[in-house]
Amino acid sequence: MSKILLIIQREYLSRVKKKSFLLMTFLVPLFFIGLYAGVFFLTKKSFEDTKGLVYVIDQTGEIASHLESSDNIRFTESTLDLDAQIKEMQDMDHSTNILMIPTDFYQSQHVELLSSGKPNITLKSEVENQLEDLLLEYQYTELGIDSETIRNIDSNVRTSTKEITETGEAKDSDTRIAMGIAMGLSILIYLSVFLYGAQVMRGVIEEKSNRIIEVIVSSVRPFQLMLGKIVGIGLVGVTQFLLWVILSVSLAALAGSFFAGEIDVQQQLSQQQEILEESGSAGMITELSGMLANVNFTEIFVCFFLFFIGGYLLYSALFAAVGSAVDSETEANQFTMPITMPLLLAYILSFGVLINDPHGTIATWLSFIPLTSPIAMLVRIPFGVPVWQIALSFAILVAGFVFATWVAARIYRVGILMYGKKPTLRELIKWFNYKN
Amino acid sequence: MLEIRHIVKQYANHTALDDVSITVPKGKIFGLLGPNGAGKTSLIRIINQITAPDSGEIYFDGEALNASHIARIGYLPEERGLYKKMKIGDQMIYLAQLKGLSKEEAKNRISFWFEKLNIESWWDKKIEDLSKGMQQKVQFVATVLHEPDLIILDEPFSGFDPVNTQVIQNEILELNERGATIIYSTHRMESVEALCDHIALINRSKLVLQGAVKSIKDEYRNQTYRIYFHSENGQFPSSEAGLWQQLESKGDSSDSVVIQVDPAHTLNQVLTAVIDQVEIHQILEIVPSMHDIFIDQVTVTNQALPSS
Repeated sequence: MSKILLIIQREYLSRVKKKSFLLMTFLVPLFFIGLYAGVFFLTKKSFEDTKGLVYVIDQTGEIASHLESSDNIRFTESTLDLDAQIKEMQDMDHSTNILMIPTDFYQSQHVELLSSGKPNITLKSEVENQLEDLLLEYQYTELGIDSETIRNIDSNVRTSTKEITETGEAKDSDTRIAMGIAMGLSILIYLSVFLYGAQVMRGVIEEKSNRIIEVIVSSVRPFQLMLGKIVGIGLVGVTQFLLWVILSVSLAALAGSFFAGEIDVQQQLSQQQEILEESGSAGMITELSGMLANVNFTEIFVCFFLFFIGGYLLYSALFAAVGSAVDSETEANQFTMPITMPLLLAYILSFGVLINDPHGTIATWLSFIPLTSPIAMLVRIPFGVPVWQIALSFAILVAGFVFATWVAARIYRVGILMYGKKPTLRELIKWFNYKN
Repeated sequence: MLEIRHIVKQYANHTALDDVSITVPKGKIFGLLGPNGAGKTSLIRIINQITAPDSGEIYFDGEALNASHIARIGYLPEERGLYKKMKIGDQMIYLAQLKGLSKEEAKNRISFWFEKLNIESWWDKKIEDLSKGMQQKVQFVATVLHEPDLIILDEPFSGFDPVNTQVIQNEILELNERGATIIYSTHRMESVEALCDHIALINRSKLVLQGAVKSIKDEYRNQTYRIYFHSENGQFPSSEAGLWQQLESKGDSSDSVVIQVDPAHTLNQVLTAVIDQVEIHQILEIVPSMHDIFIDQVTVTNQALPSS
């Protein structure tokens, strides 16, 4: 037993002491923030860049003057006919378009937008919006409805969703927030299981290609070495997560105190309040913070750790078996692919089926199958899952881990001593059947 | 020290060890010989409890081999290496701890060995900064650090220059003098005669030969002699009535000849027959070397089992 502890200690310390661990711990959050900022910035910029010139050939003669140019789009009434305009357009750059409004536009509700390249979607929808408004105005007038009156009718419905808890209370809840949290958890589990699982595999391959493996297994049982490695690297993962949590909490606190020093918070808040009340969305903001307060973060946090550890243990056992069977990382790919398919599947589904129908048959099944449950269950949890389901799913996951470790250990003990030959699946099965 | 009885080990499509029984006497250097792929490594792995035999048993100092013996065995595998990125000192401590030494004890012994081999300055180095031969030296220390009663060395001299080979060979002899039993596995015969008291020869998963080096060599004596002589015509007399056989007429010098005496007769009879024709200057018995015995036995068994 103390030998396993020694192995865990070595696997843990040799990784935590590395500079790359510290770099990862501090840079990954920054990297993600940077990534999202970058995506946000670029998307915003691409919208700003869609400036287009539209020549309008208006055969009705009534509409062109009502089209309003904006930052993105500039309408110019064309004096030429269609063919001449096309000819002229060929000499111009790609952001030029022709809007052809036929005489029977009010009846056919159809126009043609000609662009030199593929038409820009933003531009197309802008044109459609303006035309639809004009058409609506026209139809109101036709039917004798005063468009002013119509505009003053407010038909904006806000739903405040409440969830009836097991104790019978109605609790504020919102699926949008649940969705956001669910997707975040899905990404986090997916990445971390892969990150640390692959580290286990790399560690096994390293020991094998260093040829230290035979020295070590003459002192400890292969199973002890495998388990020690898995647990040691798992602890590295847990440490990293805890550091991330501590880091982000203290960063938030730091940022809070920094701003508090700069501006009088009270004043700022009351100002905000005023602005919000003016814009009439104050209700929504308070509602939002109320809903955030209603999300059970403790439950999510605890479940995240449990399912991360369970999922990690399950997958890293399989990764260890793969690592033992091959001589190099490049060879490992053909085996890691099938192993990681279930997790990938759950990951992809988490953006569709799982979130849209978190309590449906597919989602429920996936959240019980141990290979997919770490992601599937966590995606479901923000939507509220009965405790017995979580417990059962976790129990199955633990059973799955024990089984996977048993299978992996049988392949591992043979694989680590095999060199030079790329094994086939059939050989792996043969290894599995070897006596001791 | 080690009593190996009827070990059989089978892999999916071949037999690695077929009913092998070997006795390793205590306090001796035991040569485990055999060509590549004969089954030496399989046997060593079984002794180290890395794998288990399909049948047969092993007794360590009279007790059935079990996990408690691991700490008493030191194993230097043929396929060996160390963690590339770990400091050598830490690495040594780790390996010693896995063998059951306390951290303090491990440190003391490592200092002792590093001093002995003049490698104290390596403590904080990493394996990747050392040459192959230096790595081997470190690895040797790791093998014997816990003062095992049984040391198993699989091709210990590969990668060493002659100077370091001598250093390590002396260390092995010293460890043996202090009481350790050593199993020395190799297919290089030169060092066997210099080191080993006993040998076992394995070929094609079967035990071919075992015993004390001296008695094996005695057994292989076949009355072959090189005779330095002088005669009138410069020729050694030819054999009468099949008393002997001349093996080699053109030796390195024209005044000597190699003869093999017929098993039913003795050298004295040969001498009596020729003594009035030639003047004998010197007679040397040609004892087969372990190398010859090895080649001979391997060829014989290979002929007996031509397939596979």
